[in-house]
Amino acid sequence: MTNHWIDLKNSDCVLIMGSNAAENHPISFKWVMKAKDKGAKVIHVDPRYTRTSAKCDMYAPIRSGADIPFLGGMVKYILDNNRHFKDYVVNYTNASFVVGKDYDFNDGLFSGFDPKKGSYDKSQWAFEMDDKGVPVRDETLQNPRCVFNLLKKHFDRYDVDTVSDVTGTPKEDILKVYEMYTATGKPEKSATIMYAMGWTQHTVGVQNIRTMAIVQLLLGNIGVAGGGVNALRGESNVQGSTDHCLLVHILPGYLGTPKSKWADLAAYNKNCTPQSADPMSANWWGNKPKYVSSFVKSMYPAATPEKGYEMLPKLDAHKPMTEYYWLSMFEKMNQGQFEGFFAWGQNPACGGANANKNREAMAKLDWLVNVNIFDNETSSFWRGPGMKPEDIKTEVFLLPCAVSIEKEGSVTNSGRWMQWRYQGPKPYAQTLPDGDIILKLTDKIQKLYKKDGGAYPDPLVSLGLDDWQNEHGHFDPHGIAKLINGYFLKDTEVKGKKFKKGQQVPSFAFLTDDGSTCSGNWLYCGSYTDKGNMAARRDKTQNDAQANIGLYPNWAWCWPVNRRILYNRASVDTKGMPYAPKKAVIKWTGDKTKWQGDVPDGGWKPGTKHAFIMRKHGFGQIYGPGRQEGPFPEHYEPLECPVKTNPFSSQLHNPTAYQISSEEKAVADPRFPFVGTTYRVTEHWQTGLMTRYQTWLVETEPQLFCEISEELAKERNIEGGELVKVSSLRGELDCVAIVTKRIKPYKVHGKDVHLVGLPWHYGWVTPKHGGDSANLLTPSVGDPNTGIPETKAFMVNVSKIKRA
Amino acid sequence: MAKKFLVDLTRCTACRGCQVACKQWKKLPAEATVNWGSHQNPKDLSFNTLRLVRFEEVMNDGKVDWLFFPEQCRHCTEPPCLGQAELDDERAVIQDEATGAVIFTEYTKNVDAEGVREACPYDIPRKDPVSGRLSKCDMCIDRIQNGMKPSCVLSCPTGAMTFGDEEEIDALAKERLATVKKTYPNAVLGDPDDVLVVYLFQQDPMKYFDKAVAAVSPRMINRKQMFARLLGSQKA
Repeated sequence: MTNHWIDLKNSDCVLIMGSNAAENHPISFKWVMKAKDKGAKVIHVDPRYTRTSAKCDMYAPIRSGADIPFLGGMVKYILDNNRHFKDYVVNYTNASFVVGKDYDFNDGLFSGFDPKKGSYDKSQWAFEMDDKGVPVRDETLQNPRCVFNLLKKHFDRYDVDTVSDVTGTPKEDILKVYEMYTATGKPEKSATIMYAMGWTQHTVGVQNIRTMAIVQLLLGNIGVAGGGVNALRGESNVQGSTDHCLLVHILPGYLGTPKSKWADLAAYNKNCTPQSADPMSANWWGNKPKYVSSFVKSMYPAATPEKGYEMLPKLDAHKPMTEYYWLSMFEKMNQGQFEGFFAWGQNPACGGANANKNREAMAKLDWLVNVNIFDNETSSFWRGPGMKPEDIKTEVFLLPCAVSIEKEGSVTNSGRWMQWRYQGPKPYAQTLPDGDIILKLTDKIQKLYKKDGGAYPDPLVSLGLDDWQNEHGHFDPHGIAKLINGYFLKDTEVKGKKFKKGQQVPSFAFLTDDGSTCSGNWLYCGSYTDKGNMAARRDKTQNDAQANIGLYPNWAWCWPVNRRILYNRASVDTKGMPYAPKKAVIKWTGDKTKWQGDVPDGGWKPGTKHAFIMRKHGFGQIYGPGRQEGPFPEHYEPLECPVKTNPFSSQLHNPTAYQISSEEKAVADPRFPFVGTTYRVTEHWQTGLMTRYQTWLVETEPQLFCEISEELAKERNIEGGELVKVSSLRGELDCVAIVTKRIKPYKVHGKDVHLVGLPWHYGWVTPKHGGDSANLLTPSVGDPNTGIPETKAFMVNVSKIKRA
Repeated sequence: MAKKFLVDLTRCTACRGCQVACKQWKKLPAEATVNWGSHQNPKDLSFNTLRLVRFEEVMNDGKVDWLFFPEQCRHCTEPPCLGQAELDDERAVIQDEATGAVIFTEYTKNVDAEGVREACPYDIPRKDPVSGRLSKCDMCIDRIQNGMKPSCVLSCPTGAMTFGDEEEIDALAKERLATVKKTYPNAVLGDPDDVLVVYLFQQDPMKYFDKAVAAVSPRMINRKQMFARLLGSQKA
C-alpha cells in the first residue's frame, strides 16, 4: 500500500476492483464503513456479486481479464471531460515529458519489438533529453509528443462502446462508475483503489495496476489522505516477505539481483544506480551503493563489500527473468532438472498453478523437504490421487514447525507497518520456529563445506551467523531485527555525526558504501535503533494534524522512516500548502517549524525538489518505460480466452507473456467454452492448510464448489447442490454447484460469455469429502514482469455428473 | 438496567466471525455439513448451532442484492418461551434480572419442547435429540457478568454489532435508523420495544428471513398459556 488500512476512512470514493475485500480482508471493511459513514461512495467492479458488492453503493460486473479496457476507458473519460487535476499533473507527473522520436505504437505493438525473442528493445521508448541530460518538458502540454498527448492518443480507441463490448459491463454501469470515481479529480477530494490478486494474477497483471496508477496520477490521488494505490496483501506478512526479498529479481529492500554480466560491485553500482542530471531531482536510488554495501556486510561481515558482492548469487544475464520464476521452476523440476526441493511454509501441490504438473514434478525429485505445521498435499503428494507410491523415488521429509503465535518476531502488514509480536505459548512438543530450523541447517551446511570443501564454498562458509543466535545457540529474533536495521562496524563519522562501533544506525541516511555500516534491509533502517525496538511501540498518542487523518505515528513502525503515506510531497502545492486542507497529510509551517503532520517524503523546503523522490527524474510515471510489454498499458486477452479477436488491435495476447510453448492453450475453443476463475472465501485460508483441519470453519464451507449463473445452470441442466465436473486442458475436478443470481452472463462481442468460479482452498488430504485444488485447472502462463500465473482467467467446461 | 444489542445489518459483511466465535466460546462441536448449493452452513439452527448467518439472494428493481441475517435469540423482554416452559417446570427458563438475558437450564429436558419452540415468535429454541434439553443463545451471560462483551459482538469487525445498556442502545438504534433511512427508505428496526436483540434491516425484514420479525407481538401469549393463567395453575 502507498497508504495504510486506517487511511481508507479518509477517502471520498473507494473503488474495490480486482479484490473481494469484505471476504478476503474482512477488517478492511471496518475502515471502508467509516469512509461510507462520512459520505464516501464505495464501488465494486468484479466478475461476481460478492459479500463485498453487497455493502457497496454501486456494483458493476466485468468479464475476468478485461480490466485494462475498463480502466483505459476511464483514462479516456478523464481526458475527454477534463476531469484531471491539472496542477498536479503538470507539477508531479511526467505528463509534460517529451518522448523520443523512436517511440511508436502501431496495432497493438510498441516500437522495438523483436518477434523472435518475444521481447522489446526498451531503449526505443526513452525520453527526449536536453543538452544537460535532463528530460525535455512542455508544461503547457501542447507538444504532440509529450506524454499527455501520447496518452490521449493511445487511449482514444478505448471508447465506452468498445469497452462495454470487451468487458461485458453494461454501458450505463461503466459511465456511472467513471462519473463517480473521476469526481475526485478535485484538489480537496481523494479516491482510493483496493486491489488484490484479482488484478495481479493475469498475463497483464503489472499493466492492470499501471493503468490504475495512471488514473490516480491524473486525478491527483497519490500521496494524499484517502488516496493511493493500495495492494491488499494476501497473507499477514507477505509485505514483509516481499520487502525482505522473497522474489528472485530483488535482494532485500528492492535492490536488483546481481547478474552475471556485472562481475564486480563497481559494475553493479554503475549499471544499477540511476543517475539524474536534474538538480531538482532527489533521485533517492542514487544512494543505492550505500544500501548494497551495507546489505553485503550484513551477510558477510568479515569480507570487504567488493568480496562480499562477488559471493552473492548472480542471475544469468542472457536469460529472461521469467526463467527463474515459479512456473519455470516447476517446468524444470518436471523435466528432472532438480534433485531436491525445500517447500517451506507452502503447499505447491495445491497452491501453484497447474497443480497436477507440480505434483508430477515432485515425483522426479530425489528428496523433498516440507516445513509446515500440518501434513499437506505436498508432503503427501506421493500417496495422492493417481500416484503409485511404489514407483516414486522421492524421499520426503516433513519438518513440523512452530506456528506464528508460538514465535516472537515482526509481521509487516499491507500498510508497511512492522509490528512486533511477543511469543504466546511455547512451541508444541519438539516443533521448532522456522528461524531455528534455518539456523541449524545453515550451521550444518557450513560445517560440511568446511570439512569436505566443494566447488565454491565461500558464499556459504562466509555467512555471518553471530547475529542470528543467542548465547545458547537458539535463533534470536532481536539479533536478526538489529542486523536488519544495521549497525556501525567501526568508529566512524557520517554527515558530521560521530558513531561508535556497535551502535545501531539511526536511519538509512547514515548508511555508507565503504563497509563501515551493515544493514540487512535499508528500508528497515530506523526500525531498531539505540532507542529500542520501534516495531514494538504501542503508543497511540498523536498531535491534532496526525489525529485528523488517523496516522498513529507512535504505534509500531512503518517503512521508510516511519512515513505513513508515501509520496506525500505530492499532497501539497509547490509552496507546501495542502491541496486538501481538511485532510492534510503534511504542511510547510516555516523555516523553524518546517513540515508538520506525516514524515515528509524528504525534508527539503517546498518547491526545491520534485515530489516523487524514488523516481530517477522525480515525477510520477504516467509513461513507464521500464516494464516488459510497453510504456503504456494495452489490452490483451488472457492466454486462454473465449474470443478470437481483440477490437483494440490485431494482437490478441500479450506478446511478451511467459508461456511454455509445448503446453496447449484454449482460445475460443468449443471444448472449453466458459471463463474459469479462482478465488478465496473468508472461512478458509490459502490452500486451506490452517483451516481445513479446523472443524468450525469446515462446517461453514465444507466442500469445493463452483459458482455459476442461473442461465448457465439452465443451459447445462444443473441444479444448485448437485455434483458437477469442471474441466480444463490440464485437469478436472468434482465439485458442488452453487447456482446463483449473483453471476450473470457477460455480453462480449455480442455473445453471452459465462463464468465458472471456484475457490482454491481445498485438497484431498482433508476433509474427506472436501474435494481437490482448483489449481488442477489453472495454466502455466504468467506475467512477463513478475511471473505471476494467470489463475484469474482461463477456460473451462462444466457438466453435470450423472449418478449411477 | 437491561442490556441490549443493536445488529446493524447495513454493516454486516457475513464474515461469520460471530457464528464461529459463538461456537468457540461455548465449546460447541461442529456439525458434519455438506455444501447444499448455498454458502449458508449449517443449513439451520440446531442444539449445537445457536447462531447462524443466513444468506438470501433477492432481486430489487431488476438488480441482485445479497442479504445477510445473523440469527440468534432476541431475548424478549416478556419471553413467551419462559411462559410456556414454566407450565412444565419453572426452573427450565429463567430471566436474568440484571441483564434481561433469557437463559435455558438443564431442566428444559422436562418441558414440552415442541410447545416452547412454537411459543417462540422467532423459532429459535432447538432440542437435543439425546438429552431432550433445549438450547439457544444465553447472551454469553458468563462473559457479561465478568465485564466482557458477548463473544459474537467482540468478533464483529465492521461495527454491525453493538452491545450496551438498554437506554444507550435504544438511542443508537434510533440514530442509526434515521441515518440509514436516507439511503434505504424502507429501513426498519425489528420489534425494538419487545426484544433486547434489535436488528436494523435495510429493507423489508421478510426478505431476509420469514421469521426475522415476529408475526405478532412477542407479548401475546398463546392459548395454552392463557388458559393456564386463567386457571391459576402456574404463577403468572
